[in-house]
Amino acid sequence: MTDQGLVSSQLGSLHYEPALESSSLARLKPSYGLFIDGSFSDPGQHENLVTLNPATGETLATVAQGSVDDVDRAVKAARRAYENVWGKMSGAQRSKYLFRIARIIQERARELAVVETLDNGKPIRESRDIDIPLAAAYFFYYAGWADKLEHAGFGPDPQPVGVAGQIIPWNFPLLMAAWKLAPALAAGNTCVLKPAETTPLSALILAEILQQAGLPEGVVNIVTGDGSTGSALVEHPGVDKIAFTGSTDVGRLIQQRVASTPKRLTLELGGKGANIVFEDAPIDEMIEGIIDGIFFNQGHVCCAGSRLLVQESVAEEVLRRLVRRVEQLRVGDPLDKNTDVGAINSAEQLSRIEELVAVGEGEGATRYSSSCALPSKGFWFAPTVFSNVAQSHRIARDEIFGPVLSVLTFRTPEEVVAKANNTKYGLACGVWSEKGSRTLWVAERLRAGVIWANTYNRFDPTSPFGGMRESGFGREGGRHGLEAYLNV
Amino acid sequence: MSEDRLDVRKTYKLLINGAFPRSESGRSYEVVGASGEFLANVAQGSRKDLRDAVVAARGAQAKWWAATPYNRGQVIYRLAEMAESRRDELCEHVALAEGIKMKAARSSVERAVDRIVWYAGWTDKVAQVMGSANPVAGAFFNFSVPVPSGVVAVLADQSSSLEAFVDAVLAPICVGNTVVAVASERRPTPAVLVGEMSATSDFPGGVLNIVTGRTEELATTLASHEDVDAIDLGGVDGALADSLAQSASGSIKRVLRNGDPSSTNSTRRLRAFVEISTVWHTIGQ
Repeated sequence: MTDQGLVSSQLGSLHYEPALESSSLARLKPSYGLFIDGSFSDPGQHENLVTLNPATGETLATVAQGSVDDVDRAVKAARRAYENVWGKMSGAQRSKYLFRIARIIQERARELAVVETLDNGKPIRESRDIDIPLAAAYFFYYAGWADKLEHAGFGPDPQPVGVAGQIIPWNFPLLMAAWKLAPALAAGNTCVLKPAETTPLSALILAEILQQAGLPEGVVNIVTGDGSTGSALVEHPGVDKIAFTGSTDVGRLIQQRVASTPKRLTLELGGKGANIVFEDAPIDEMIEGIIDGIFFNQGHVCCAGSRLLVQESVAEEVLRRLVRRVEQLRVGDPLDKNTDVGAINSAEQLSRIEELVAVGEGEGATRYSSSCALPSKGFWFAPTVFSNVAQSHRIARDEIFGPVLSVLTFRTPEEVVAKANNTKYGLACGVWSEKGSRTLWVAERLRAGVIWANTYNRFDPTSPFGGMRESGFGREGGRHGLEAYLNV
Repeated sequence: MSEDRLDVRKTYKLLINGAFPRSESGRSYEVVGASGEFLANVAQGSRKDLRDAVVAARGAQAKWWAATPYNRGQVIYRLAEMAESRRDELCEHVALAEGIKMKAARSSVERAVDRIVWYAGWTDKVAQVMGSANPVAGAFFNFSVPVPSGVVAVLADQSSSLEAFVDAVLAPICVGNTVVAVASERRPTPAVLVGEMSATSDFPGGVLNIVTGRTEELATTLASHEDVDAIDLGGVDGALADSLAQSASGSIKRVLRNGDPSSTNSTRRLRAFVEISTVWHTIGQ
């Protein structure tokens, strides 16, 4: 047993035997083609990209690098499917296809969880309990909307937009595919989905699921590749709508590119979420909430609670408890069911985290990092907390997208609202307090699309999610999520 | 025999933060009627005026949003009352500006006043129509409410000097935004009159700011202004609209390019400048 199994706590050192999920459940093929017009292309006909297991650095499979021509074929297939099949189909029929997809995701949940963990590096506990069940839930929820759109509040006869180009990130690969595809299909659109370069595999399993569901050819097309593939999709004149989730910098570029076209656009971009702790907050739940807010999914979460704002009177105790809890986090093999924090998704992301953490130290903040042993292969970063952080520090302003928390303090509710809103972003915030009236007072004043009170990082298909300001525009989830895919 | 009485003419000024300054630049430009006759020298707002207007709008926004929806509705309804009582004056201006007959101008003014009333009634309905209680799978009370985008820049329609103007400025104001509007370049006086009426309708200073002048020059400043949250490009088209929309991406602004819905009953304009904010609160003993 390695040192990873050792966790020190007040009770002494606790030892966890590894409880490994089997990687063979993934049933991965050595190579995958593109999913266009209902079938997979021959991988041999494309340039290939390698996708790695970030926990080991080993190759999992190769996928196709979608070219401009491939994107063109996919968009044309989507257009044909829209005009000949999906756009004409009754809502009730579309609904039943989506219910089928939800069910097959549930049936293949264990396989999908393993694939997600292998490709992304996230703990199996998270992919098994959150990513995959939620992906099924989004399809199940939007399935029910497909034949009830006239009740969605956008007028008596809402029409689809047409062909949607959807570009998703690597942090929740299958879940983001579900967030994009489910409402688009329910509303009667057809889709070309571009998975992230480093996490294409679960979307390709989803393509198999769409085949098993008997979804008509061309309704969903999945084109893997790097940024150039996404760019080709954004530029394609046959696309009526672009939905993008990713960084603010890329989102800005996409908004600029589509500005002079009739394409509709929704953007779900970065964040620098404030997690606000008042002195009366229930401390045990709050410590767990802070941990979950920043270390869930290695902090690769656009809505992560990456700025902790603690009321001065309890700051010392909160920091002490927090550091102790961080030391207990089990960092290591993502396939181990005991693991709390998995691998950083890519070498590129790891170097960005390392760079910003070095800046934080240089700017004078106090760094605490878990003393956990890190695996020798793959991409890893120990859970880290910075105290003595000033609002002007880059670690308080820039999105790190990693397991790094910046702790700041405040005295009054007015002050904390000002500090929380002192960012160009506006995606998510947390508020911890037992005083409901104050929580609502703060929530009313926070410029954020999602506010979690006495909880953090909760997602549900009925609950709209999305940002204000430079965190983007448009909502995903709930009745509101349909608007992005309806011509209203 | 008595002399004909000589008209007392009015100076047409900007509206910034509840005050009516001439442009800080000291510039003005000549506005002529549809048949080329001199109508007025109108203040030619500068970039500096616009920046002042954005500061005023930002300063007023939190308080305007904090006012009760009932109160906001009454303020907007008061504007309808003011406009109704100055209908004749509005008609003359619309007729001269747009080159239409008095009868047509009267219909247009009446539709504009009725539109103001429509918006007055929306302020306390928006949250119910656009919000929701969300049945999440867990012990949470989860609700979504529409909140304003913040400061909205409006490039008003160039031809419809009054009707389109009130539609464009009141939709964002009604849902809690504050507005910096650039009036129609060649037909600005009806918008200036609306600004004057707003000042006697209990509109807090800074909620509605109106700048007259050269649309292209002013629009460029607004589209790239970091403290503007959203922009309505209704009054520009073609390459200029494209370049403004591109420029707006610098700070991820919300952009409304074609605000004119197929039906006047559409909520599209209202939806364009709200953000849905969702709160999760734990339920427990």
